[in-house]
Amino acid sequence: MTEAVHTALRGLFGDRISAPVTLGPSIHATFDPLITRELFTALRDREDLAFHHLSFVSGVDRGDAFEVVYGLDSYRRRDTLLLKARLDRQSPKIASIHDLYEGAGWHERETFDLFGIEFEGHPDLRRLLMPDDWEGFPLRKDYQEAASYHGIPTSRTARTDGRPA
Amino acid sequence: MRTLADLVAERAPHTGMMLNMGPQHPSTHGVLRFIVCGDGEVMEQAIPVVGYLHRGIEKLAEMTPYGGFIPYTDRIDYLGSMFGNHAWCMAVEALAGIQVPRRAEYLRVIADELNRLASHLIAVGSMAMDIGAFTPFLHGIREREILNNLLESLCGSRLTFNYMRIGGVSRDLPPGFGANLDSFLSRFQPGFLDEFDRLIARNEILVKRCVHVATVSAARAMSLGFVGPNLRASAVDWDLRRDRPYSVYPELTFTVPIGRGFRGAVGDSYDRFVIRIEEMKQSVAILRQAMANLPEGPIQAEVPRRVRPPAGEVYSGVESARGELGLYMISDGTEKPSRAKIRTGSFSACAAIESLSRGCMVADLVVLIGSLDLLAPEIDR
Amino acid sequence: MDKEKLDAYLDPLSGTGYALLTRASRLFNLPRLHSLWYLLFSPACCGIELMQTGGVRTDLDRFGMVFRATPRQSDLMIVGGTVTYKMAERVQLLYRQMAEPRYVIAMGACANCGGLFDRSYAVLKGVDLVVPVDIYIPGCPPRPEALVEGMRRIQSLIKGEDWGRTVRRRRPLEIGEAR
Repeated sequence: MTEAVHTALRGLFGDRISAPVTLGPSIHATFDPLITRELFTALRDREDLAFHHLSFVSGVDRGDAFEVVYGLDSYRRRDTLLLKARLDRQSPKIASIHDLYEGAGWHERETFDLFGIEFEGHPDLRRLLMPDDWEGFPLRKDYQEAASYHGIPTSRTARTDGRPA
Repeated sequence: MRTLADLVAERAPHTGMMLNMGPQHPSTHGVLRFIVCGDGEVMEQAIPVVGYLHRGIEKLAEMTPYGGFIPYTDRIDYLGSMFGNHAWCMAVEALAGIQVPRRAEYLRVIADELNRLASHLIAVGSMAMDIGAFTPFLHGIREREILNNLLESLCGSRLTFNYMRIGGVSRDLPPGFGANLDSFLSRFQPGFLDEFDRLIARNEILVKRCVHVATVSAARAMSLGFVGPNLRASAVDWDLRRDRPYSVYPELTFTVPIGRGFRGAVGDSYDRFVIRIEEMKQSVAILRQAMANLPEGPIQAEVPRRVRPPAGEVYSGVESARGELGLYMISDGTEKPSRAKIRTGSFSACAAIESLSRGCMVADLVVLIGSLDLLAPEIDR
Repeated sequence: MDKEKLDAYLDPLSGTGYALLTRASRLFNLPRLHSLWYLLFSPACCGIELMQTGGVRTDLDRFGMVFRATPRQSDLMIVGGTVTYKMAERVQLLYRQMAEPRYVIAMGACANCGGLFDRSYAVLKGVDLVVPVDIYIPGCPPRPEALVEGMRRIQSLIKGEDWGRTVRRRRPLEIGEAR
C-alpha cells in the first residue's frame, strides 16, 4: 500500500480505514465493514486509485473473529493493495461487491462455502465447492468432519458397516 | 441454505431447455459440469457447477509443515506443477527472509519455462480436439513426451515434479541436459511451431469456429478478474514476469505477446488460442538465454530442516501458464502455515463463463471453455 | 496336435471346409480382451498420464483399446484421479450405466486409497468404496508402463474367465471387496 493511496483513502473515509499495518513482507489496512460498497466504488472509479482488478476475496479464521481479505491490483499504476475487514464470529456478514467487480461473485461464494461468511446482496449465494447438502464450513478452525456422507464412510480404517478394515 | 435445485427451479419456467453437460464428458479439462440453458441452439447461459475435484488443499496446508507441503502444490495445477512449487517456495522464502542462490533461481526459471511449454501444448492441442480435430492433440502429446523426458531426467517425475525446495531446488542438471534441451529446442522452434501454425492455427475451419466467439474487452477482462493469456489476449499488457518481476526474469529478454485481433476481434477465442502459441515461442527464447547464462554455485540455501518463518503475512505470485498463481500466506511463527489462500487463473475464467456464454451457440461453448484453458484442480483446489 | 494327426482328423471333413475346435471360453474371451474400450474418465492428474499413455509413444490403440466418451459403449472404466464425495455418486452412476461384462481399474494412489489426500475432508478414501475394483495400479501418477501392466493384468483376468454353463462373467464384486 503506497502512501498516496492511503492518504487518498483516509481523506475519503477518515478513521473508518486504519493506518497501514506491516506484518512481515506485506502491508494492509483494515476497514469498517459498513463502508464496503463506498470503498470499493472509490477504489475502482477514482483516477488516482484505478484498482480495476480484484485479485481475490478470502476469509481467515482468527479464532475470536473472522477476517475477510480483499486483494486488488492496479495495472495502470502498477500497484497492489490488501484490505481486510473484521467480522463478528457468531454472525459474520458483509456487503457484497459482485456488481462492482464482475469476478467477485464466485470469490464471495467460495468464502461463504468454506467459512460461512454471508455476503449481503449477493444474487446467488450458495455453496460452490462442497456438495449442496454438506454440513459445516470446512475451513473454520473448529470444523469437525462427519463419520459418513450419504452412507459412504469418511475413513478407510473405520468402516461404518461393521466389516473389518 | 440456497442450493442448485433452487436455482434450477427459478430458471426452468423461463428457459426453453436445460441440458446437463458433465461432470464426465469428452472434454479434457477435468471434471467440470455445465447446465446449459437455452432454446436448443443459442444459449441463454451456461451455468458452471464446480467442486467435483475440491480436495481441500488449503485446509491440508494448515496441517502440513512448509517443506512437506510442496508435493501438494504440484497438484494445484497438475499441468504446471513447477509453478505451484515456485509460488509456494517464493512465499515461504519471503516470510522467512531466505535468499535463494543464483544458480537455483536460473534452474527454477528453466523448469518453469519447460513446464509452460508442456502446459500450452496441452492447452492448444485439447482446444483443437474439443473442436473436433484429434490430430493436433497427438502432435502436442508427441512433443510433450520429449519434454517429459527432459523433466524426468531433471527431477525424476513426469507430471508432478516436486522439484523445488524452500531455498532452492532439489537437484542439479544431469549430464547431457544442455545438449538434449538444445536439440529439442532447435527442432521445436521454428520446426514444430511453424508446422503447427500452418496446419492448425491457420486452418480455415479452426479460424472460422474461433473468431468472434466470446469477445472480451480489456475493461471487462480486468473486471472479470482474468489473468495470464486470457487477460493479454484482451490487449491488457500485463505479465508478472516483467511487471512484478521475481526470480531472475529481470536479467532475461523476452517480449510479452498481446492480442490484437489476429483474424477477428481483439479478445476473441482465436486471440486466446494464438497468444499461447506466441508465448511458446517466447519461452523457447527464455530457455536458450537461461541455459547460456547459467551461473555456477550452490543449488540450495542453508535452510533448517523444519522452517519456522516469523509471524507475518505475504501475498506473492508467479506467472503460470494459466495466469497469476498467487499465494496469500499467513504464518504464526510455527512450522505450519496458519492460512494459505491460493489464487488461480482458471477460477476467474470459469466464473466468467456464466456471463460470457450469453448469446453463444451450444457448439461455441466448447470453444469458449477451450480458449480459456480451464483446469479443474485450479478452480476447485 | 502335429500336422499328420491334424490332417488325418480333418481329411474326412475335406470338401466341407475346415472346422475349428476350441473351448467356448477362449472363443469369447480372446476377442474381448483384445478390444477393451475404456471410458474416458479422468478426474485429475492420473488422467493426463492416461492420455499420454494413449498417445504416440505408449500407444494403447495397439492393444485394441480406444477411449469412448460414454459409459454405454465402454467395457472398462479407468478411474484416473482423486474422487471427491461430490463426485462419488456420479462414479457409481457411470458404473451402473456400463453394460456387463464390465471392469474397473483404480489408477493411482488417490483412486486406490485416497493417496496423499487421505487427510482431506472432501476426498473419498479409495474408489472401491463406491464401485467394485478389479485392478489397483499404484503410482502418483503411475508411469505409462505401469498402466500398460495394469491393462495386461485385466487382459489375463479376462482370459481366465469361465463362460462354461452360464455364459456370463464371474460374480461381480461387492463394493469394497477385493478380488
